[in-house]
Amino acid sequence: MRKKEYFLIIAFHSTHDAMAFEETCHDRGAEGRLIPLPKEISAGCGLAWCAQPDAEESLTGILAQAGIIPQEKRVCLV
Amino acid sequence: MIYLDNAATTMKKPQCVIDAVVSAMTTFGNASRGAHESALTTSRVIYQARKKVATFFNCPKSEQVAFTCNSTEALNIAIFGALREGDHVITTELEHNSVLRPLFRMASEKGIRIDFVKADRNGSVRCEDFYALFRPDTRAVVCTHASNLTGNRLDIARIGALCDKRGALLIVDASQTAGATPIDMEAMKISILCFTGHKSMMAPQGTGGICIRGDIDVRPFKTGGTGVQSFLRTQPEEYPTRLEAGTLNGHGIAGLSAAVDYLNEVGVSAVEEKETGLMRRFYEAVVSVPKVKIYGDYSGNPRSPIVALNIGTLDSAIVADELATSYGIATRAGAHCAPLMHKALGTEEQGAVRFSFGWFNTESEVDEAARAVREIAQSIE
Repeated sequence: MRKKEYFLIIAFHSTHDAMAFEETCHDRGAEGRLIPLPKEISAGCGLAWCAQPDAEESLTGILAQAGIIPQEKRVCLV
Repeated sequence: MIYLDNAATTMKKPQCVIDAVVSAMTTFGNASRGAHESALTTSRVIYQARKKVATFFNCPKSEQVAFTCNSTEALNIAIFGALREGDHVITTELEHNSVLRPLFRMASEKGIRIDFVKADRNGSVRCEDFYALFRPDTRAVVCTHASNLTGNRLDIARIGALCDKRGALLIVDASQTAGATPIDMEAMKISILCFTGHKSMMAPQGTGGICIRGDIDVRPFKTGGTGVQSFLRTQPEEYPTRLEAGTLNGHGIAGLSAAVDYLNEVGVSAVEEKETGLMRRFYEAVVSVPKVKIYGDYSGNPRSPIVALNIGTLDSAIVADELATSYGIATRAGAHCAPLMHKALGTEEQGAVRFSFGWFNTESEVDEAARAVREIAQSIE
């Protein structure tokens, strides 16, 4: 089991938004990957984007350009 | 077998559709359920399929394309979800039971009031008649793009312009036209398009969808698991999740996605030209045969590749059975789930034999079918 680390987590309102964000990130070579939604963000299930905390500025820009409003976006220990 | 029942379902599918389904059946997890690779693979394929369908029909927002198992499910979602108690609705006598029964149920349970645009003896409706039925409280026009019995096509762009002007929704049943003729939701002012995958789109059975243009509140027809917001007591509000409770038909949607690719490659206009040509060839070959009566408008207006006919007073079921057993030709007899259309044509008792042509049919098959009709007609007193 890996040790917990701080990551930037972006949660989405729908799987469609998560897929759209993943596609946009891949197109632009942005780092990160989809993970199961951590309980630190929200209980339940769904997808979240996990990236290094220093990617926040670039990923925020990608969210805006893609027209995606995240359910939540913050750095947390996961 | 010569398969001429493409209006019921296309039997032959492009190889790329078959390959996509087979591949999906060996690799797919459950879309929106988990972040492991097989689940993500499925989510990605469905996401891409949604985008392709949106582009195919020019639906402005791909997230407002929700997948269903057929047109009937899409129409139920649209009619039960977009109409409200006491609404006035305009529809036509051309409709399939997939439109009529949900409307009749809404009339019975929610008090909606329905007016019908009448069909003439050719099964045609006039756009002017839609104008006449509009009232201040008309909430929607719900109509087919083409009759599944006669093939007569409605001028959806003109009806859409009228609905747009009057502030009414236009809900279109594209069962007989999706994949067979170009559909542009923006240009035609279609509010909600309901389509099936397994007919002219040549996708697997169990696929279809509802495409919503603009800001329309369509209440969920069913509620349940979505893979997101699990502790919410109600269905999530966001499209497409709000209309897609339960596991999607990922395998089928993979096939639908490949079918859209195929249609884009060959071109929908090319499909329309070929299918219309086959339909016209058959019509010309049988129209003058004594005792053969053909139903529908062949005056030159756009139509779908269907020819419905009867031979003398023969029961349409007997004719279809003779075609199947003596000639190996698959057609559809009976009422075709279009009761009002048959009443308008005066064929409630006899039904009609429907020949419907598809992308994979050939001219020689059409000629063989015409020969069979001539021989059956000659064989009766």
